[in-house]
Amino acid sequence: MARAAVPGGLRARRAWRPAVLLDRRTETPSACTLVLEVDEWAGHLAGQHVDVRLTAEDGYQTARSYSLAAPAEGRRLEITVQRTAGGEVSPFLTDDLGLGDQVEVRGPLGGWFVWRPTDPAPVLLVAGGSGVVPLMAMIRARAGVSRAPFRLVHSVRTPEDRIYATELRRRAAEDGGLDVAYVYTRQAPPDGPRPPGRIRADDLVAHGWPPDFEPTCYVCGPTPLVEAVAGLLVAAGHDPDRIRTERFGGS
Amino acid sequence: MSLFTRGFHGRRSDDDGRLPPGQYLTDDFPVLSAGPTPQVPLDRWAFTVRPESGEAHTWSWAELTALPTESVTVDIHCVTRWSKLETQWRGVSLDTLLEDVETAADFALVHSYGGYTTNLPLEDLLDGKAWVAFEYDGDELAAEHGGPARLLVPHLYFWKSAKWVRGLDLLLHDEPGFWEQLGYHDYGDPWREQRYQGD
Repeated sequence: MARAAVPGGLRARRAWRPAVLLDRRTETPSACTLVLEVDEWAGHLAGQHVDVRLTAEDGYQTARSYSLAAPAEGRRLEITVQRTAGGEVSPFLTDDLGLGDQVEVRGPLGGWFVWRPTDPAPVLLVAGGSGVVPLMAMIRARAGVSRAPFRLVHSVRTPEDRIYATELRRRAAEDGGLDVAYVYTRQAPPDGPRPPGRIRADDLVAHGWPPDFEPTCYVCGPTPLVEAVAGLLVAAGHDPDRIRTERFGGS
Repeated sequence: MSLFTRGFHGRRSDDDGRLPPGQYLTDDFPVLSAGPTPQVPLDRWAFTVRPESGEAHTWSWAELTALPTESVTVDIHCVTRWSKLETQWRGVSLDTLLEDVETAADFALVHSYGGYTTNLPLEDLLDGKAWVAFEYDGDELAAEHGGPARLLVPHLYFWKSAKWVRGLDLLLHDEPGFWEQLGYHDYGDPWREQRYQGD
């Protein structure tokens, strides 16, 4: 049986390679984007992730997976990291790693939760919190390349938790065929039309696609959101085979 | 290797050597799956073993749960790097399910409700190493963790422990399953860090 084609030879994808922090951008009070430069990169698909490995001076190592936030620009990679209070890795990456400091990365990894610009089908993206990161990679990969209609529904606790809010507002106005909607779970903006609360079936009716449009659905976020949204989509009549999910836990 | 990350000290865990390389401990039970959670009514549930030739062996839910069960306490290791120690399960040993199956197969392809598959050598399912589990921590297994029943093969990375399991094809030749076709390892030994093809 054929293995799915993903960029980079196996040897290249599983090699740990040094990566230098070039830039850090604040996205929200608790999330930031790290721009890393590696020595060599064969490209990646929107939705893929990398492993990031940290080594202490005494040789202790630990690694975590992070979604790539954008198409590669040459040897530059972007990941967006949400700080997990008490976590071993994410607070170090968001707060302590200095410009010019080195980590190691390997990848790209994951060939299932990916969107290819050659696929013309409508796309529904549903994110919870920092689950928007791999979906943003798809939105950025689409710009100027694909006319596949995209709709993003982003569930966040409060307005200040909207990662990429400024860029998404601009893209929704300029990219053509991209709609962006927010669901606030704790605190909605004062002029918001919807009281705070978790995503419901009618949110997906209002901001998603009808099942007979046969969209590909990508759902990414904490497990309870992914379970709930995937269940709502199936109940609404979407084919389970067109629903791709990616869940994350803490740390 | 001499590369290190300036200012990183990390947090060692006191795991008595029970943590495979590259893993960290969690007290949660995170979930990893590729699509919606299938809902499988028990009156339509069945577990089927298909040898390379010969007839299929099928158990209904009532038949499976009437077989002798075992309680097992095991450490589990997910390829996404979390490990959880001393998890408690109850289920039927694969030794029990396979004892009357005639086969010359060396490999198994596991099938799940929802279409998921995973492959592993048949010998890794035998000799007290694998179960069809339907209780976790004293309760019936929740759907998001693979209920009504999942495969439990704790000595391999946990994606081999297929959720919502519905049966096994016994094969003479190895055939990659869902994640294995996407670049994950055909065997998946956490102690040798066999995460991806080529590891």
